[in-house]
Amino acid sequence: MRDPATIRLLTDGHRLHLSDGPIDLIVAADGTPGKIQRAYEAAARRFVSILDELCAELPLLRCRAIADSPPPVGPIARRMAAAVSPFRERCFITPMAAVAGAVAEAVLEAMNEVGQLDRSYVNNGGDIALHLQPGQSYTIGMVERPENPSLFGTIELRAAMPVRGVATSGWRGRSFSLGIADAVTVLAASAAHADAAATIIANAVDLPGHGAIVRIPAREIDPDSDLLDIPVTRAVGSLSRQDIEGALNAGECVAEELRARGLVFAAALYLEKTVRVVTAPDSYALTEMMQRSLQHA
Amino acid sequence: MSEAPARDTIRCDACPVLCYIKLGQTGACDRYGNFDGQLVRVDPHILLDRAKNQGTPLVAFLEREGEWDGELMTTREIFVTAIGAGTTYPDYKPAPFIVSSEVDGVDMVTVVTEGIFSYCGVKLKIDTDRHLGAERNLVRAQGEPVGHVTTAEYGSQMLSIGGVHHLTGGSKGEGRVTCETLLDLCNRKEVALTIDDGARLTVAAGKPPIVNGQREERMRVGCGSATIGMFAKQWFGKVDEVVVVDDHITGVLSEHQAGKMLGVQATGIAIQGRRSTPGRYFQVAQPGTRWGGTNISDPLAILRPFKANEAWPKLRLLMVSTTGEHFAYYELDEKLRPIEKGLPEQLRESVARIRENCEPALATVLFMAGAGGSLRAGATENPVKLTDSVKRRLTRVTSGGAPCYVWPGGGITFMVDVMRMPENAFGYVPTPALVAPIEFTLKKSDYAALGGHMDFVKRLEKVMQEKQRQRQVTSLPENPWPLKPSAEGTPEK
Repeated sequence: MRDPATIRLLTDGHRLHLSDGPIDLIVAADGTPGKIQRAYEAAARRFVSILDELCAELPLLRCRAIADSPPPVGPIARRMAAAVSPFRERCFITPMAAVAGAVAEAVLEAMNEVGQLDRSYVNNGGDIALHLQPGQSYTIGMVERPENPSLFGTIELRAAMPVRGVATSGWRGRSFSLGIADAVTVLAASAAHADAAATIIANAVDLPGHGAIVRIPAREIDPDSDLLDIPVTRAVGSLSRQDIEGALNAGECVAEELRARGLVFAAALYLEKTVRVVTAPDSYALTEMMQRSLQHA
Repeated sequence: MSEAPARDTIRCDACPVLCYIKLGQTGACDRYGNFDGQLVRVDPHILLDRAKNQGTPLVAFLEREGEWDGELMTTREIFVTAIGAGTTYPDYKPAPFIVSSEVDGVDMVTVVTEGIFSYCGVKLKIDTDRHLGAERNLVRAQGEPVGHVTTAEYGSQMLSIGGVHHLTGGSKGEGRVTCETLLDLCNRKEVALTIDDGARLTVAAGKPPIVNGQREERMRVGCGSATIGMFAKQWFGKVDEVVVVDDHITGVLSEHQAGKMLGVQATGIAIQGRRSTPGRYFQVAQPGTRWGGTNISDPLAILRPFKANEAWPKLRLLMVSTTGEHFAYYELDEKLRPIEKGLPEQLRESVARIRENCEPALATVLFMAGAGGSLRAGATENPVKLTDSVKRRLTRVTSGGAPCYVWPGGGITFMVDVMRMPENAFGYVPTPALVAPIEFTLKKSDYAALGGHMDFVKRLEKVMQEKQRQRQVTSLPENPWPLKPSAEGTPEK
């Protein structure tokens, strides 16, 4: 028996909740009431076919991305493949690493096709696609652990910044991670790119061979996992100060490399209440803003 | 790329992802999981942990850290609730958990299952004196009809929400919204309702109702007239006149039937407003948020001059509101004008008692459902015997460990106060129908006698070791312990 998709307004009367199988979106739009209504209707229309569209190509999307992977057919699947392609040479990655961000983007795009909204977002379990008209901004709160939802910082995203996607990855989240970061939050040009990059950076925050880290082959937990028998992090024991700095250094190196390649705009790496922020040297304002908010947390 | 799944792996068909789920794991959505080879919704399974020191303030959800260490078994009593246990539907197979434990030397069995209830609903009681809507008018959520106004009760209005006709008898939208509304009410979440030709409501179980945007704080002890009736004896002889200021009906002791019966003499008092019957006045002021739900802050504003032929100097006058929050004491001077004085000691108690008798206004939610065929078959091979055993009080019915009232007559139709259950005890299936926990507890020998699935009975210790997702919560001190044979309404000897 298939559960039908959930399409409902949240009790605040403003945000839209869309849920179907493992996809769970929170959508918000600002504009005239008529435009919001049309945008939400467009979001719902686009949403209901997404799960079937993805499942039709699921076996392909769960395969490692390589240079001569066959291109997927569906528009969301194509977005996923494009978002992970910059990483396929360096490591094992499948298009599934960008699924959450790509779905968020597709719904956001459908909303903005039917009318100009002042601003809007689609939040897919922490992977967020944003639309901002000139002069608009969003304040994004960051949390350290999903089960402890207190903000450890906020970032104000303004329309002038080249950021339309925010994603967070970490071993405590819903998806498997190869690393030990509690959370890595990435700002990038699109949600799918942020999603893939957050996965790669969170994987890199790691201490290979460290005795306090429990890893289990992914398929022992989830027989369908696209990560096959790659060991994924299930528990992190106590770490020394040196361990924490070492793991963050490793992650920071990768984040800095991705930033230099233009794949991410900024990243915040969080492990055991210690934070590293990676941003462009010239985006002083953002660096300062992120660090200040982090210190205040 | 799919390999033949291991034998303990099942395939979930709740969505087209069609996850293979290993024993004890959940699918990609985190909502469905594989327990004992069965596909069930995996909201965490809740165990009640009997508070050793009953009466201590409750901390909801004492989430335990890490693995269960086995030690609790010897020092505390555990009751396995059906919350998150899974269901037997649609198969006629034994309930997900049939747990045995020894209580005071008696072997007890608890059949633990989540019921899928199409025949279910909520009786909603809203403490308010405001008119919410005419009896039988539709109650709507998100524009869909989800219930109706039923009887007005003392100081409150009853609404019936849900029921099978709204869940499955109307349009798809009606069913979906009804299910959502019931789920939210039962899980103590806030719900917005409108009544046709009536009020807008925001209600959540155990919280003050919000009627047309206004929050109800306290229930009046009664209307002004009723207050006179209740307290006349306590005032008699201690004061000459009492006015209970109330937006609905303001009461005056000397003119009121209760005062007359006691022989209170006329005081020459004259009240603004429309006289209903002796000692009862409508519309003494405009509705508001001050004295007795009126707009006045000086109670003398509702008095006209005392009549000189009846009043006398030094006449003692108490003015008080229906909640006891406002009060003032006066004595008349030589010109028969009320002069405010401190409240005499002998009147303090009666004013305090009015206040004490005003209960907080609440919205309260009773879940009501009927346990049908497959659910009972999960407990015994001969379902009617379970019904019979419940009627004869050999079997105790609880819902999430909370006591249930089982209606007389046929079937197992029960009601339970959702505030006495652990939080978020309810789920739903897209049928649409509600998923609610239900536990049947009885003596092991009685269970065998009614054709119970004895082969499936597991020791409590074993259940606690096997389950991966468990959550222990402290039992509510006001709930009888579900396993205790001597508690009220439990299995008879």
